[in-house]
Amino acid sequence: MKVVNGKISALDIKETLRYLGYAGVKSADGIEGLISECESMILPSLSPKAVYSSFPLERGEGVNLDLGFAKVQSKSLARNLEGCDHIVLFAATVGAGVDRLIAKYNRLSPARAAVLQAMGAAAVEQWCDELNADIVSEYGPARPRFSCGYGDLPLKLQREIFPALQVTKNIGVTLTEGDFMMPSKSVTAIVGIKSKS
Amino acid sequence: MNFRTLLKNSIVILDGAMGTQLQKAGLPLGELPEEWNITRAQTIEGIHREYFAAGADVVYTNTFGANCLKFGGRTEEVVTAAVKCAKAAAAEFKNKFVALDVGPTGKLLKPLGDLSFEEAVKIFSRTITAGVKAGADLIAIETMNDVYELKAAVLAAKECGKGLPIIATCVFGEDMKMMTGASPEAAVALLEGLGVDALGLNCSLGPAQMLPAVKRFVACASVPVIVKPNAGLPEERGGETFYNVSSGQFAEDMRAILNLGARVLGGCCGTTPVYIAKLKGITEGVEPAPVTDKNLTCISSYTSAVYFGGAPVIIGERINPTGKKRLKQALKEGDMAYILNEAVTQAERGAHVLDVNVGLPEIDEAAVLENAVSEIQAVTDLPLQLDTSDPVAMERAMRRYNGKPLVNSVSGKKEVMDAVFPLVKKYGGAVIALTLDEGGIPDNAEGRIQIAKNILREAKKYGISQKDIIFDTLAMAVSADGGAAVAAIDSLRYIRHTMGVNTSLGVSNISFGLPNRDFINGTFFAMALGAGLSAAILNPSSQEMIKTYKSFCALSGYDAGCLNYIEYAQSVQSAIVAAQSATASVTAGEKGSLKYCVEKGLKAEAEAAAKELLKTQAPLDVINGQIIPALDVVGQAFEKKTLFLPQLLMSAEAASGAFEVIKSAFGGGGNSKKLKIVIATVKGDIHDIGKNIVKTLLENYGFRVYDMGRDVPARAIVDKAKEVGAQVVGLSALMTTTVASMRDTIALLKEECPECRTLVGGAVLNAEYAEMIGATKYAKDAMESVRYCEEVEKELFGD
Repeated sequence: MKVVNGKISALDIKETLRYLGYAGVKSADGIEGLISECESMILPSLSPKAVYSSFPLERGEGVNLDLGFAKVQSKSLARNLEGCDHIVLFAATVGAGVDRLIAKYNRLSPARAAVLQAMGAAAVEQWCDELNADIVSEYGPARPRFSCGYGDLPLKLQREIFPALQVTKNIGVTLTEGDFMMPSKSVTAIVGIKSKS
Repeated sequence: MNFRTLLKNSIVILDGAMGTQLQKAGLPLGELPEEWNITRAQTIEGIHREYFAAGADVVYTNTFGANCLKFGGRTEEVVTAAVKCAKAAAAEFKNKFVALDVGPTGKLLKPLGDLSFEEAVKIFSRTITAGVKAGADLIAIETMNDVYELKAAVLAAKECGKGLPIIATCVFGEDMKMMTGASPEAAVALLEGLGVDALGLNCSLGPAQMLPAVKRFVACASVPVIVKPNAGLPEERGGETFYNVSSGQFAEDMRAILNLGARVLGGCCGTTPVYIAKLKGITEGVEPAPVTDKNLTCISSYTSAVYFGGAPVIIGERINPTGKKRLKQALKEGDMAYILNEAVTQAERGAHVLDVNVGLPEIDEAAVLENAVSEIQAVTDLPLQLDTSDPVAMERAMRRYNGKPLVNSVSGKKEVMDAVFPLVKKYGGAVIALTLDEGGIPDNAEGRIQIAKNILREAKKYGISQKDIIFDTLAMAVSADGGAAVAAIDSLRYIRHTMGVNTSLGVSNISFGLPNRDFINGTFFAMALGAGLSAAILNPSSQEMIKTYKSFCALSGYDAGCLNYIEYAQSVQSAIVAAQSATASVTAGEKGSLKYCVEKGLKAEAEAAAKELLKTQAPLDVINGQIIPALDVVGQAFEKKTLFLPQLLMSAEAASGAFEVIKSAFGGGGNSKKLKIVIATVKGDIHDIGKNIVKTLLENYGFRVYDMGRDVPARAIVDKAKEVGAQVVGLSALMTTTVASMRDTIALLKEECPECRTLVGGAVLNAEYAEMIGATKYAKDAMESVRYCEEVEKELFGD
């Protein structure tokens, strides 16, 4: 198990615009001021942290998978993990500061709330990309990361991911009754590491 | 010997990690460690024994996660078994203690998460009650990431701990903040206010990395400081997790921490009995650093502490309905947005603390104050001054407040002291004390000083030290009594300099009944600052006051290089220029028109334009002639996808700003439509940005919207719909799991309000799904919600 801290010094604004519904529009015409204001608010509030650990992967009958920390039935994950003999499980977050900012502007300015929400989502994805790249360089070529709720992989699996990585203790992320993560700009994912053979 | 004696006289050694030892003993992944208190009691007892033998004076029971969220009805059994294991080990030694370990709930508290403060207190209370009954010697709250949860745990320990010692430690990152943002000073302020026996940090970092934060703890804490670090950071090698600081290195690094003055030492994740034995070794023969009272007067928010006695503290006075028509209206209507804007504006203008007073005869003050405190804390991290004369409201607000509050106020009246001091003792807080008593306000300094002394004497009986008292020597109208200013200033000077107690004044009362009040206020403020005023309750938007404040700080050595003064003086210049150009742009034809400003989402300009228009036009003409047409242009562009959500919202905000101007000038709700809409995010769902967007737009279009917030039970929504006679109920759900709550809400509505239409939206819904759960209408975005409500308005009320 490894706990890491990161730093995000700039955001991919195109991603933010995509989350805001700017289909096919690449520039922030008319909202440049809003975007740069929100960016300058959000950057100091980001506190990227992650924890990850590798686990052996065993395949059972059909779509039965033993992930080392939990057993699960999932057709989509089984397909994703084809050609892999172990996995790296990670949990990542950009921290509670973003949620505080969103909560603040959710009360004061819906425009800023919407942009901050999109930026927070873009930020945690950016942090996951960075982490994923580190995992690949440490463990070797990997399949695209896969999270609970994708395809038929149940959200309930979060209940087993959290103790396996001691997510709350290590990076402060908690689960709500509905199995959503708080701070909300957090991600857990399974990265299948391709077999060497 | 009891634990408090040990703590007072010695360096205290705590144990090391439990989890690390359990894994070594073969605890399988996925099994709850606390189960072993019952199934492998010998193993648990053995681990405790090893720590005692290694030199620990105190072991923590194996109850880190032993709460009712994880163990339900078995909580008591698990906790009792855990205490029994530790006590059995302790019985073999002399002078060893068993601490009931209380870890975090694993949930985040509202407003960031979904656990309410009172639920958290209940969860902790249950574990603590069981542990105390089983015979624990003290309560150790640990690994807290969030000061709010920490407060809930300490309160539970005070309420159910039967007077046992309480020690508490928090998790700090290398940025020297807790996960939810608290600084070491804020954590210390909160914990000392609540009266814990020792406090400090644990987990997350190794001892060397903890050093800078430990320094800050030791500098401001007046009780022993605890340091319980990890054996460095976890790393993985060949599938095995290990921590990267050896036992020898750990002990060496802990020596530096000991030298800083920390007195209660142990280990967290990755440490073993070997680490603790070596730690014990470095303390042999070392005298503990003395614990000194730092004598700091301080309050805190959930992120930071504010100290009194250095640079004067500005307490923003604007959230107080006395003499403020618009605020009274907002309070009566439950319009929190107005209050939140006042909070943010005062913070921007340089207030360090915000006074919150919502006392109006026609409202439920306790409920409104409690809610206002949570809401204001969601938009600002300034500490709050809870201002009420109702002890019930004061208690609820102090309990709910996230941090150590300032309380306004107590006085020399026996009845008031009897009501307020027990609250200050229980919840922690600093309190403003007015120098008046049953005999009224003495007209001279001597009388006021005498009352101050009486108040200090009475506070002492409750164990409240003078550092938590701030005297307000009462600025009375100088127009009625020529000696008013002198009496206030003279008593202030004596209290501050001779008695050594901090002071505060509600400055502007002095000019009551006089013209151009700012003239008098500014000079009086300067006199008071010169006499030793520690804090002033004033309007931070008053240039006269801020001018005096900034100048005073520069002249008194509180502003190194006069940098703050220079920045302020220059900003005043540029503000004047900006105001002139804003006025110019308003008059500049088409570009300055209200319609243009709303279309382009220029809020400040829209407000200025609305003000200008209202000089010549009726409010309804301004709304129908300018605002609504602008919103329509933007709405249509959004529907055609030539313009996107942020621009739609910027326009909506500009329109809201213009509406606010109209409201302030003419009162009334500004609702041009008759339709009443109740709106909520359903039970179980805490996503409310989409719902808030819909609300803003509906209000822009003149609908009366009753916003019930998020995570709202079906019953509450239906009751509200009945109460206000709503024709439409808007429901939002963002998760597949909460669509069920939406369906239940719709079913209950159909049963009890069959006439009411339901409008639903949210990421997981579509038209078919909406039909399946019985909704009247699915709207794909905020504009479609507006269009639908317009249709219903037309159908029910005509054009």
